[in-house]
Amino acid sequence: MKYIDGFRQADAARALGQRIAAGFTAPRRDREVAIMEVCGSHTMAIARYGIRDVLPAGVRLISGPGCPVCVTPPGYIDAAVELADRGLTIVTFGDMLHVPGSQTTLAECRSRGGRVEVGYSPSVALDLARRHADREVVFLGIGFETTLAPVIAVVDRAAREHIGNFSVLTAFKLVPPALAALRADPEVRVDAFLCPAHVSAIIGADAYRPFAGPGGVPCVIAGFEPLDILLGLEGILRQLADGRADVDNQYRRVVTAQGNRRAQELIARLLEPVDAPWRGLGLIPQSGMALRQRYAAYDAARRHGIVVTEGRSHRECRCGDVIKGKQFPADCPLFGKACTPDSAIGPCMVSSEGVCAAHYKYAGIGEASS
Amino acid sequence: MCLAMPMQLIRLTDDGSGIADLDGIHYTVDLSLIEDPAVGDYIIVHAGFGIEKLNREEADERLQLFARLAAGDVVGTSKR
Repeated sequence: MKYIDGFRQADAARALGQRIAAGFTAPRRDREVAIMEVCGSHTMAIARYGIRDVLPAGVRLISGPGCPVCVTPPGYIDAAVELADRGLTIVTFGDMLHVPGSQTTLAECRSRGGRVEVGYSPSVALDLARRHADREVVFLGIGFETTLAPVIAVVDRAAREHIGNFSVLTAFKLVPPALAALRADPEVRVDAFLCPAHVSAIIGADAYRPFAGPGGVPCVIAGFEPLDILLGLEGILRQLADGRADVDNQYRRVVTAQGNRRAQELIARLLEPVDAPWRGLGLIPQSGMALRQRYAAYDAARRHGIVVTEGRSHRECRCGDVIKGKQFPADCPLFGKACTPDSAIGPCMVSSEGVCAAHYKYAGIGEASS
Repeated sequence: MCLAMPMQLIRLTDDGSGIADLDGIHYTVDLSLIEDPAVGDYIIVHAGFGIEKLNREEADERLQLFARLAAGDVVGTSKR
């Protein structure tokens, strides 16, 4: 049985789209209602399937900081480039290759002889370290909880096998603290969250409870097939119309209330929460994770004596505002002009999950926030 | 990058990995994050790791919901 086809039925999508458009009037008459999605894959799917078009008037879908590449300050790339310049072997997920640092990219570094390899899994980096004991290998460990778990599983393996030439430059970020920061930010108005699918598989549906309830907002967890997203949005609109603010897990085929316990235990054993800088959101307390002291040998920053700084963004880059839903891509003076997927200035355009990349590719140039 | 697809486990190997199938292509998947993986299970795979098993009952129920929607039935979505 192929589990994908059934989730992409056009007839069902059409029926659901019509039902949403016809069945719901705007929950409020005095202002637009803003639903924020915080998952890069949702950002892409929503753009690809034109889901904004089926939403009724008075409802706006904004993208939040759902792309870990986009919320990582350019200084991280600077640090990776420096390590490559020192002769280390950098292994990274593909979409990091063209992310602009303060001056350059890893792709450019590679083109002038830097050892930068692309791997779909941190296991690739560990294999490389095993096979080449003479090389110092650094994996760029950037991601939210979904990615954190595999990366840390590989660090655990490296520690058990006493691999002496492998470390991770960590930039792990946690979603719930970011949601809290957004809720507390007076510049950001969010009436509901469309919650990530696979981050939720790790952290569990209960992780969103603090954001629901009295004074809270509806939190609906949805998969990223178009039907999942449509039903998820319908669920949010229903809650808003009823004046409810519940956690509604609509991805129960993968997400449980408690999440993946094994992954959580592994994460707790190897990592501890730290304050972390988020592009556009500033420093969010306890929103990152760092390797515990006894795993310092696997922490590239400590092992190689490198400090990750903020770095410098392009003066006119609006990624920060776009990431927190304050502006749409078209509001950025660079969007579609100086900044395109082929020559990206900010990470939102470069990342495969970036808001600007999604808009450029699927929504066309021109959709502005007003 | 949550571009995770459900893949079906077709073989378990001794080292805590497995071989998973998606559309006839086989992938090695690390199963250390999965409780009691079994051949035949559908696994959500991300960055070379299984991050969760697909709950077949929930998946089937969801598919039925979509089928009813396609047929024009009025269906609700909320479930406690």
